[in-house]
Amino acid sequence: MTAPRPILRMSGIGKEFPGVKALDGVDFRLLPGEVHALMGENGAGKSTLIKVLTGVHGVDAGEIELDGRPVAFSGPLAAQQAGISTVYQEVNLCPNLSVAENVFIGREPRRLGRIRWKEVRRRAAELLAGLDLDIDVTLPLSSYSLAVQQMVAIARAVAVEARVLILDEPTSSLDTGEVAQLFRVMRRLKEQGIAILFVSHFLDQIYEISDRMTILRNGRLVGEYPTAELSQVELVAKMIGRELADLEELEGRPPARGGEPLVEARELGRAGAIEPFTLTIREGEVVGLAGLLGSGRTELARLLFGADHAGTGSVAVAGRPAGLRTPRAAMGHGIAFCSENRRAEGLVPDLTVRENLILALQAARGWTRPLSRRKQDELVARYVSALNIRPADPEQLVKNLSGGNQQKVLLARWLILEPRLLILDEPTRGIDVGAKAEIQRLVAELSDGGMAVLYISAELEEVLRLSHKVGVLRDRRLVAELENDSGLTTEVLMETIASGARS
Amino acid sequence: MSAALLAGRRRLARTIPRKYVPVLVTAGLFAAMFVAGGVRYRGFADGQVVLNVFVDNAFLLVVAVGMTFVILTGGIDLSVGSVVALSTMISATLLTGHGWPAPAVIALVLAVGAALGLAMGAIIHYFEIQPFIVTLAGMFLARGLCYTIGTESISITDPAFTALAQTKIRLGGGLWISPSVVVALVVVAVAAYVLHYTRLGRDVYAVGGSEQSALLMGLPVARTKIAVYTVSGFCSALGGVLLSFYMLSGYGLHAVGMELDAIAAVVIGGTLLTGGSGYLLGTVLGVLVLGLIQTIISFEGTLSSWWTKIFIGLLLFAFILLQRLIGARRR
Ligand SMILES: Nc1ncnc2c1ncn2[C@@H]1O[C@H](COP(=O)(O)OP(=O)(O)OP(=O)(O)O)[C@@H](O)[C@H]1O
Ligand SMILES: [Mg+2]
Repeated sequence: MTAPRPILRMSGIGKEFPGVKALDGVDFRLLPGEVHALMGENGAGKSTLIKVLTGVHGVDAGEIELDGRPVAFSGPLAAQQAGISTVYQEVNLCPNLSVAENVFIGREPRRLGRIRWKEVRRRAAELLAGLDLDIDVTLPLSSYSLAVQQMVAIARAVAVEARVLILDEPTSSLDTGEVAQLFRVMRRLKEQGIAILFVSHFLDQIYEISDRMTILRNGRLVGEYPTAELSQVELVAKMIGRELADLEELEGRPPARGGEPLVEARELGRAGAIEPFTLTIREGEVVGLAGLLGSGRTELARLLFGADHAGTGSVAVAGRPAGLRTPRAAMGHGIAFCSENRRAEGLVPDLTVRENLILALQAARGWTRPLSRRKQDELVARYVSALNIRPADPEQLVKNLSGGNQQKVLLARWLILEPRLLILDEPTRGIDVGAKAEIQRLVAELSDGGMAVLYISAELEEVLRLSHKVGVLRDRRLVAELENDSGLTTEVLMETIASGARS
Repeated sequence: MSAALLAGRRRLARTIPRKYVPVLVTAGLFAAMFVAGGVRYRGFADGQVVLNVFVDNAFLLVVAVGMTFVILTGGIDLSVGSVVALSTMISATLLTGHGWPAPAVIALVLAVGAALGLAMGAIIHYFEIQPFIVTLAGMFLARGLCYTIGTESISITDPAFTALAQTKIRLGGGLWISPSVVVALVVVAVAAYVLHYTRLGRDVYAVGGSEQSALLMGLPVARTKIAVYTVSGFCSALGGVLLSFYMLSGYGLHAVGMELDAIAAVVIGGTLLTGGSGYLLGTVLGVLVLGLIQTIISFEGTLSSWWTKIFIGLLLFAFILLQRLIGARRR
């Protein structure tokens, strides 16, 4: 077998941030016409490798060759011009610009220097239609959900004639249909000989789409393998450096002991966001919410947290009517909401891990009662180790953490409050397999301890594994409430989501 | 019934995209002020009153155009007033003291303004220093340079300048404007075109939306940021030239505080101080509103001119609150 010449070769790459060796002697090859998965735990150095390649960060050691020629890009612009098109981990678009403009900005079709807006809109709509996305491209990007934004970012990346396409966790907020659509596009590009670098923490997706993979651990290269020759178990072992024994341990959850109703929503609704719904969440109960993107999962959660005003209906907390008009009021009732949009609504990037963790707790206590430093350190240390936040340094700035570790900090920040009802919107997005199991176990533990949890996730297996009860949403309506007994499987859930039937 | 009402409101909201609301509010305010003035004062409801607002504020309009570019990227330029003063000073001393021809003077002044802006933009970008600080330094620097040229007011007697100062372009029906107004309107038109139809203009909005994203999207962030301060410097210099036409003098104390008027006009025009959102038309309306406040107060006669400041202050509060409300209802 004669291997084709790699389009991209990185050798001996080293990158050091103050206090962290993010990459150390990493070799990487990308062949034309392949989908190559870059694998590793949170903080393994995947995004850093991509950023070093595209010139966002400079390299400390090593060489990069594109098509046999040594290159060193001064920034994303230069990388783009050389034919490397990248979607970075977080959605990096301009929320104030229209969707069409976000797709084309920097390379708008022009005549005599004048941007042809009609053409921009037409081609953007066309491109998005190719991704099965039928939206008004003239609206500002900020009016759409994270998932749509992610699709727009992908559309932007595939719009150019690139030789190398890099997708850093593009699927983290997409649902199955959209992922399938993305994979169709990726296969088409692959046939055209484009090399694709793909990062994801969803192992099923990796096995479905990738041809080969490179595994990193703690900034070092573990190895390069053809996907077909490495089983999932072996892959996970190589990623985390040990066997992952107890992923399945949660299977067969004990039924919730019929706790007292904690939060009762009656005919709660908001025009344009979600139709009136009635939902009871009991103490110690995990209620899962399943449904496609845009089915109203997040909207429902936001109403319960008071982040949006309800148009109709009422809420009772612990039997007493409660006006949840603001998040503050909701927090006063012991309700916490861990948002899916960590970039916009969650963390303060310029503060340290410790400060971010303490922030919400301190706010809840009131600023006149400061937490002692010892107590802070104790709490922080507990959650840093419980969630395995890495690097385990509480004084590290949050913006310097890898994407998955930021997600863990956000989660820990709400857990530290010990709320009565914890609303988790996609808590395991972008989190590696090991940590995911960790978080699921924590949720189970908390609910055993009496905390109620509203668990929103696009991953049906996860919802099933954790919840006592599953609410199914469709077209902004709560269409079914299913007890999670032995009869409930992902297939049944899928069917309910698809048919919208009340069972 | 109330449902129908709600639906109607929503339909209305959909036909007027939210991004135009601030501009429309300013336009409505301007119209309301004009009508109110017309009802209250004899001789107010006259086309020339509006045109005089343009004539008296042409230089401010030009300066505010440059400021709009800067604020759209999320920056600020405090040096504009001083650069205006410096421009009048350079013009006056070269014309009167050294007998330079007018075209050469104008070209030099514009080049100096643009160069100052370019330098500030480069410092802001490459040293990652707050625009506030850098342009504050620029403000002191330019104002100080005025006094190295001279501490007294220098009057301009150059025939070209005086001719331009006295020319009235008649529009018929007894209405007229000055050449400065034409210049200002051309600047507005060019700037609006650049902002809307060229890559530079769109990059300005993108940088204002999210600088980090713009960088990762491969946009020329450095070039854009430096360009907006250059544009602002250029516009200030041009504003200075127009002010020399208007005042026929150069003086280090001209245009004191004009940077704040320009910022006020931009904000009242609906441009967000955080960047990324706003229109040049809004800025034009902002300048007109400020000018009309002055006109009303002069028509009132008995009110002290300090009331201008009070009204501008109140208006600013109102508009910043309005932007908050619109921003908060985004979702
Ligand atoms: N700008 C920075 N300054 C300091 N440290 C950084 C910076 N960027 C990344 N790091 C560190 O480098 C390491 C690798 O991070 P990277 O973002 O590459 O991880 P990753 O493999 O992409 O993880 P994830 O799956 O969570 O996205 C982490 O320990 C992170 O804390
Ligand atoms: Mg990453």
